[in-house]
This record gives sequence, structure tokens and C-alpha cells, in this order.
Amino acid sequence: MDATVLARIQFAANISFHILFPAITIALGWVLLFFKLRFNATGDAKWMDAYRFWVKVFALSFALGVVSGITMSFQFGTNWPGFMERVGNIAGPLLAYEVLTAFFLEATFLGIMLFGYRRVPGWMHTGATVLVAFGTTMSAFWILVLNSWMHTPQGHEIREGVAHAVDWWAIVFTPSMPYRLAHMLIASALTVAFLLAGLSAYRWLKGDRGPDVAVALRTGIVMAAVLAPVQAFVGDLHGLNTLEHQPAKVAAMEGNWETRGHVPLVLFAIPDEAARENRFEISIPSGASLILKHEAAGVVPGLNEFEGLHPPVAPVFFAFRVMVGVGLLMIAMGWTGAWFLRRRRGELPPLLLRGFVAATFAGWVATLAGWYVTEIGRQPWLVTGVLTTADAVGPIAAGTVLSTLVMYLTLYALLLFAYVATLFRLARKAKALPGSEGGGNPLTLARPVPAAKA
Amino acid sequence: MTPFLPPDVLPIVFAALMAASVLAYVVLDGFDLGVGLLLPQAADEPERDRMVASIGPFWDANETWLVLGVGLLLVAFPTAHGAILTALYLPVALMLLGLTLRGVAFEFRAKATELHDKRRWDHAFFGGSLLAALTQGWMLGRYVLGFDDAPAALAFAALSAIGVAIAYSFIGAAWLIWRCEGALQRRAVAWARRSLWGVALGIVGVSVATPLASERIFHRWFDFPNVMLLAPMPLMTLALVAGLVALLRHLPLPGDALRRLPFWGAVGLFCLSFAGLAWSFFPYIVPEQLTLWQAAAAPESLSIILAGALVVLPVIAAYTVLAWRVFGGKAMDLRYD
Ligand code: HDD
Ligand code: HEM
Ligand code: HEM
Repeated sequence: MDATVLARIQFAANISFHILFPAITIALGWVLLFFKLRFNATGDAKWMDAYRFWVKVFALSFALGVVSGITMSFQFGTNWPGFMERVGNIAGPLLAYEVLTAFFLEATFLGIMLFGYRRVPGWMHTGATVLVAFGTTMSAFWILVLNSWMHTPQGHEIREGVAHAVDWWAIVFTPSMPYRLAHMLIASALTVAFLLAGLSAYRWLKGDRGPDVAVALRTGIVMAAVLAPVQAFVGDLHGLNTLEHQPAKVAAMEGNWETRGHVPLVLFAIPDEAARENRFEISIPSGASLILKHEAAGVVPGLNEFEGLHPPVAPVFFAFRVMVGVGLLMIAMGWTGAWFLRRRRGELPPLLLRGFVAATFAGWVATLAGWYVTEIGRQPWLVTGVLTTADAVGPIAAGTVLSTLVMYLTLYALLLFAYVATLFRLARKAKALPGSEGGGNPLTLARPVPAAKA
Repeated sequence: MTPFLPPDVLPIVFAALMAASVLAYVVLDGFDLGVGLLLPQAADEPERDRMVASIGPFWDANETWLVLGVGLLLVAFPTAHGAILTALYLPVALMLLGLTLRGVAFEFRAKATELHDKRRWDHAFFGGSLLAALTQGWMLGRYVLGFDDAPAALAFAALSAIGVAIAYSFIGAAWLIWRCEGALQRRAVAWARRSLWGVALGIVGVSVATPLASERIFHRWFDFPNVMLLAPMPLMTLALVAGLVALLRHLPLPGDALRRLPFWGAVGLFCLSFAGLAWSFFPYIVPEQLTLWQAAAAPESLSIILAGALVVLPVIAAYTVLAWRVFGGKAMDLRYD
């Protein structure tokens, strides 16, 4: 394999691993704040117990987000030197603002949020929680500003092949930015909703039925029921926006080859790029025209219009179906759960609970799939219309890239395994501790290991 | 936005900012990587817990200086960034491996229920710290000699790797003297005493090797009047090492007096060595190849970053001081409640 392909695989692997953890911490920070504020308002110990359990999940996810993020900050230089040379004048300030306004904020106050409970007054601890949650959201804002600029660039001019900033306001507020930001923030909230529901359902099934578990389960289900439909709506708007600015991407998502009216909504097919047609297509007549143009005869551009300049069709097409499929499943599960919560006064059938356990990481699947749609759908461009991916790659030998790629993949597989195993172990262990049934048990990070085993 | 500083001054300002964040990183992550290096020498598990607890609230913010340093290199000197990071591709990857293992080990070891599991993450903690320290030293050595790959230059890089690891364990030990009590503190004094010799040797080694390797650097230091003006630097270093040797012979003192001094002494040594290197290389950003001005990004982009940095850096400094005050004093258990 050549170095370009390997460098791309490596970058994709690193960022895919990184995004898993911000997807959790962005929203979990706000959920923790919610627990804390409920506790402050009601004085009910269950909120603090829920806080104590979930702050551990937060700390672990945050650590993984930080270390994989540090890897990311070297990736641009090591794998894409051409990227910084050509568009560094735009990307640089945006990344710098992320470090200055977000990373230091969250990294510094994280210490107070995690370990400061006994050392600072209550208001300061709550304040630190606010600042950490705010910081993670700011991280997401700046990096999505950059990413959106790469998709729908504006506010710059090209001089001697290098992009120079002309209008920062236009660079920050590109047409796709509001949609991408909203969709990503809700994606994070849904990822957390299913994580909350999944781990709490697991504890519940294991017989750990304290009010703190119930309250986390309920929070997860309500978040899912409310936000999953909103996400589908925002996703639709996002798609309409993409149709305007990157029509080739939408054509690949829909598996639509010809520019025409009455474009069907393809439910399943195997796109064949060599023959430029779909195999085994199952579709709803005029469906895509209705969704994208709001009339059955609406004309939608097809892939043949962009021959040679459109993304690889199959990965975009399938990834899009995975995301939307998971999204629909989330709506179904969220609403079913909410129905039982209302009608049955919190009695959830074991089958549904098991379903939530199985869907613990559904948010990860949809988030990754969504990013593959977005990023692969931008190909062959790295920055739409400005820089192609092939022009940005570095001069590193294939063998070197391969060896570090193998190193990263091994490391990530190990860490992912350890992370998931630790979450479920935390869930099992929470019950074993005395007083977890609603009591204020101190679950401490530095819990001494029993001397007998030492 | 129009540049509000003359275009040829901006690169100097950014070089200074970058140098400041690299120095902050080396001092701050230096002490917590150093604690990681000393971990295997602890007597037992509670002692290891205490050592890890002493750096728990700090390590994340400390590492952010690395992100800022690399970020500034990336944004202010994109060509140099590409040249340096492609030349150091493998050690960078290994350093990231080390930092990753060390960073996650904090959390995983705290959440382990079985002792053997926890020990495994202790090893990852030590291994990660060691790998990060060695690769950073190696990169420093390669950088100092302008990425020369003659065997002698590689041997120098290997020595530099060991030197940096020793320096980190010295400042780590000095941190533990400040932040710990009892037997652990006494042991930390012994560790500091031992590694101080390594530090002194390392400083001498680099100071001899760089002027010998480069004629330009030789003249920079030894031509008149520079040699007179610069003389205080090595003299101060010498005095500091002598003072630290004497101090460490007597610590811990009754009432824990002077417990902070070894740490600040170590910071002084790091600053002096860093200043020496900076003097040798200025105005090059890639030694002997690219100067600051040749590598700088467009002035309008630098200006907008500078505007942000001038507003935000004082705020960062303020809340860093706040965090240091909240977690001042002797290390306690790390508890979420
Ligand atoms: C929990 C995660 C999740 C869920 C349930 C959904 N999405 Fe999504 N989607 C994302 C998470 C995500 C994402 C990871 O956040 C992406 C990648 C980049 C972005 O802005 O959002 C994304 C991208 C993305 C794009 C590509 C935009 C572009 O770059 O051009 C479209 C058109 C949609 N989504 C549409 C939908 C629709 C119609 C959904 C209906 C259920 C849906 N998404 C559910
Ligand atoms: C918001 C910040 C992001 C930025 C600035 C960014 C930038 C980039 C860059 C520079 C490339 C390399 C060029 C290429 O290979 O096409 C790329 C590709 C890629 N990115 Fe992103 N990306 C971001 C987010 C993500 C996320 C969160 C994911 C996955 C979860 C992702 C998945 C991918 C994949 C799979 C590719 C490879 C596409 C291909 O090579 O065909 N990206 N992106
Ligand atoms: C969609 C893509 C991305 C999102 C939403 C995102 C978001 C975040 C968030 C919320 C954090 C805080 C740590 C955590 O909560 O786990 C974080 C950490 C980090 N990210 Fe990303 N990020 C993305 C892509 C990137 C890219 C492309 C880079 C590299 C340029 C990057 C570099 C970093 C770094 C260096 C950290 C560590 C900061 C620290 O020390 O706290 N991220 N990211």
C-alpha cells in the first residue's frame, strides 16, 4: 500500500478513536451539572450518589479524550504537512483559539471538579463543573468551526496557492457550521443518554436497584425520547444544507446516479461504481425528491453529473444508512421507554432493559457512521474546492507509517477493551459497596486495596 | 485584521511565546513524568498511591502546555513544524504512546478492583513515563545537532535521552520532597541526591558538545565580549548545583522548613539550561536550516492569534494559580467526594 493510503487510514483511526470520548464528555459534563444542581435544590442523596458514580465514568472518558487528543494535535504535522502549508493561515488561528479558550479551561478546572469537593466551597465546586462542561463544549465549537470551513470554505482568498484569511467572521460562521455543531452536540447528548440508560439498566438487572440507579435510568430515557426525534429533524436540515453546498455528497448518500425528478428513496442497494448503477435496489418511489425538494417531481442532481469528482459511493451510502438506522432505533427505544415510565410508573419490562444494555454504545456507532458520511463524502477534496487530499500528504515512507499504524491500532484495541470492561466493572462494583442503596457511600478514587491481597 | 506589530517583530514574539510554553511544559510535565519514573522505587502500594495522588490534579493541565507549544509551532512556523515533525516521526509516535499509557494509567489504576490489575497499570504508568522522557530527550539531542544522522550524533541523542530522564526524576523527587511526608519524603531526598549528579553531568555534557559540534555556536559563546557577558550563566548554574547538594544533605529539616526549595532550585536549573540552549540557537528554528523569519506564517493570522493570546494568557495564569492554591500543601488521597 502506498504512504498516502496508510497516512489516511492512520489519521482516520486516530480521530475515530478520539471522537468516541468527546462524544461522551461533552454532554456528560452537563448531565453531571444537572445532577449536582438537583442535589443542591432538593438535598436528596440519590442525586449525589448518581453524581458520584457518573463522575467516575466522566473522569475515565476525559482521560482517554485527552491522551487521544494530544495525539491528534501532532497528526496534522506528521501526516498532513501540506494541509498546514496551504491552509495553515486559517486552520492555525482556529486551533490556537481552541487551545487557549477551551483546553486550558477544562484541564485546569477538571482537577477541582474531580478532587476538590472537600477542599473548596460548594459554589466553587459547582462553578468548576460548569467551567469544565463549558470548556468541552467550546472545544467542540472550535474544532467544528474548522471542520465546517473545510467543508464549505469562505472568507479567504488564495494568493500563490496559499489561503489567506480575509474575513474571520465569514470563516467562523460558514454555511454548514450551525447545522454541524447542533447535530454533533445532540449526537453527544444521545450517546450519553444511551450510556446512562444502558449502564443503569445493567445495574438494575443485576439487582442494584437504589434510587440513584433509577434516577440515572430515567434521565437517560427522557433524554433519548426528547432528543432522538430532534436529531432526526436537525439531520434532515443538515442534509438540505449539504445538498446546496456539496451536492455530490448527497447524491452518494442517496445512491442516486442520474439527475432527474421523482428520485426514489433507496432503502437498500449495493451501489456498483464500475457499472454506475445500484444492484438489489429496494426503494420508495419519489421518496428522495420529497425529502430533499419537498415535491415528488423535484429534480435532484445525480452522481453522473460529477463523474471523476465525487466521493467513493459505497462507504458513504452504507454509513448513512447505519446512522439513520440507529437514529430511528433510538427514537423507537426512547419512546417505548418513556411510555413505560409514564404508564407503568417506572416499571420497565426486563426485555426492554436488556435492549438498553445492548444499546449502551449505540451513540458511538451512529456518531462514527455520521462522521464517515461527512468526511468520506468530501473526497476527493480535503478542503472543498481548495485542496485535495492527495496534495496534503507528507513525505514519510510507507513502512514507517505502517509500523506506527500497527502500534496505534494495537494500543487503541487494548484501551477500548479496558475502557468498556472498566465501565461494566464499575457498574457491578457500585452495588457491592455498603450503603449504596440510597446511602451516601464514599466511592473514592483512592480506595485502599485490601491488605490481605497485598 | 491589520497586523498591529511590524511583520518582522511578530515571529520573535511568537518564538518567545513558544519557548515559554515549551519551558513550562518541560518543568511541569517534567515533575509529573519524574514521579512516574520513581514509582517502581516506592516501598509499597500506599506509597505509590500517595505519589500518584500528588500529581493527580495537575497532570492534565501540565500536558496542555505541550499542546500549546506544538500548536504555536504549527500555527506560527508551519514550514518548521512540518520539517521537525517529519524528521522526528518515529520518536514522536513513541512519545505519544508513552504519554497515552501514562495518562490512562492514572484512571485505570484507580478503578482496578484486583491488586494484580492495579500493578499492571502501575507498570504502564512507569513504562509510559519512561518512554515519554527518553523520547523527549532523544528528540532534544537530535534537534540540537540539526538532525545529523552520523553515529556520533545518534550516540549524543542517546545520552541526551538518558540525561532528560534523569533530570525529570530529579525534579520529580524535588516535588515529592515538597508534597510528601515521613518515610516517603526521606526516600525522595535520597532519590534527589542521587539524580542531581546525573543532572550536573548532563548539563556539562550538552554545554561541551554543542559548541564543539557547531562553529557558529562556538563563536556565539566564546567571542569577546560575549564570553564576559555570558559568564554569569554557567557560574549561576554551578552555584545552584552546589547549593542544592548542600541543601539535600540536610533535608528534611525540623518543622519541614525549606521543603519547597529543592523544587524551585530544580526549576532554576531547568530555566538556566533552557536559556543556554535558546541563546545557542537563536535565530534558527530548525538549527542551521531555517530562521524564525523564513518559517513564519502570514502576519494577519499571527496577529489574530496574538490578540487572543494576550487576553487569554493572563486569565489562564490566574486560574492556574487558583488550582495550585486549592491543591497546595501535602498531597492527600484523591477522592471524588
Ligand atoms: C448519535 C448520533 C447521530 C444520530 C442518531 C444521527 N446522526 Fe447524523 N451525524 C452525526 C450523528 C448522528 C454526527 C456524528 O454528528 C455527524 C457527522 C458530522 C456532523 O456534523 O454530524 C452526522 C452527519 C450527518 C449528515 C451529513 C452532513 C454533511 O456533512 O453533509 C447528515 C445528512 C445527517 N447526519 C443526517 C441524519 C439524519 C437524517 C438522522 C436521522 C435519524 C441522523 N443524522 C441521526
Ligand atoms: C472536527 C474535526 C475534524 C477535522 C478537522 C478533520 C479533518 C480531516 C482531515 C485533515 C482528514 C484527512 C484527509 C483525508 O484522509 O480525507 C480527514 C479524513 C477523515 N476523517 Fe476527519 N476531521 C474531523 C473529524 C472527524 C471525525 C470526528 C471522524 C470520525 C469519527 C472523522 C473521520 C475521518 C475519516 C474516516 C477520514 C478519512 C476519509 C478518507 O480518507 O476517505 N473525521 N478528516
Ligand atoms: C469532531 C471532532 C472533535 C471534537 C468534537 C473534539 C472535542 C474535544 C473535546 C470535547 C475535548 C476535551 C477532552 C474530552 O472531553 O475528552 C477534546 C480534547 C482534545 N482534542 Fe479534540 N475534538 C475533535 C477533534 C480533534 C482534532 C481534529 C484535534 C487535533 C487537532 C483535537 C485535539 C484535541 C486535543 C489536543 C485534546 C486534549 C485537550 C486537553 O488537554 O484537555 N481534537 N476534543
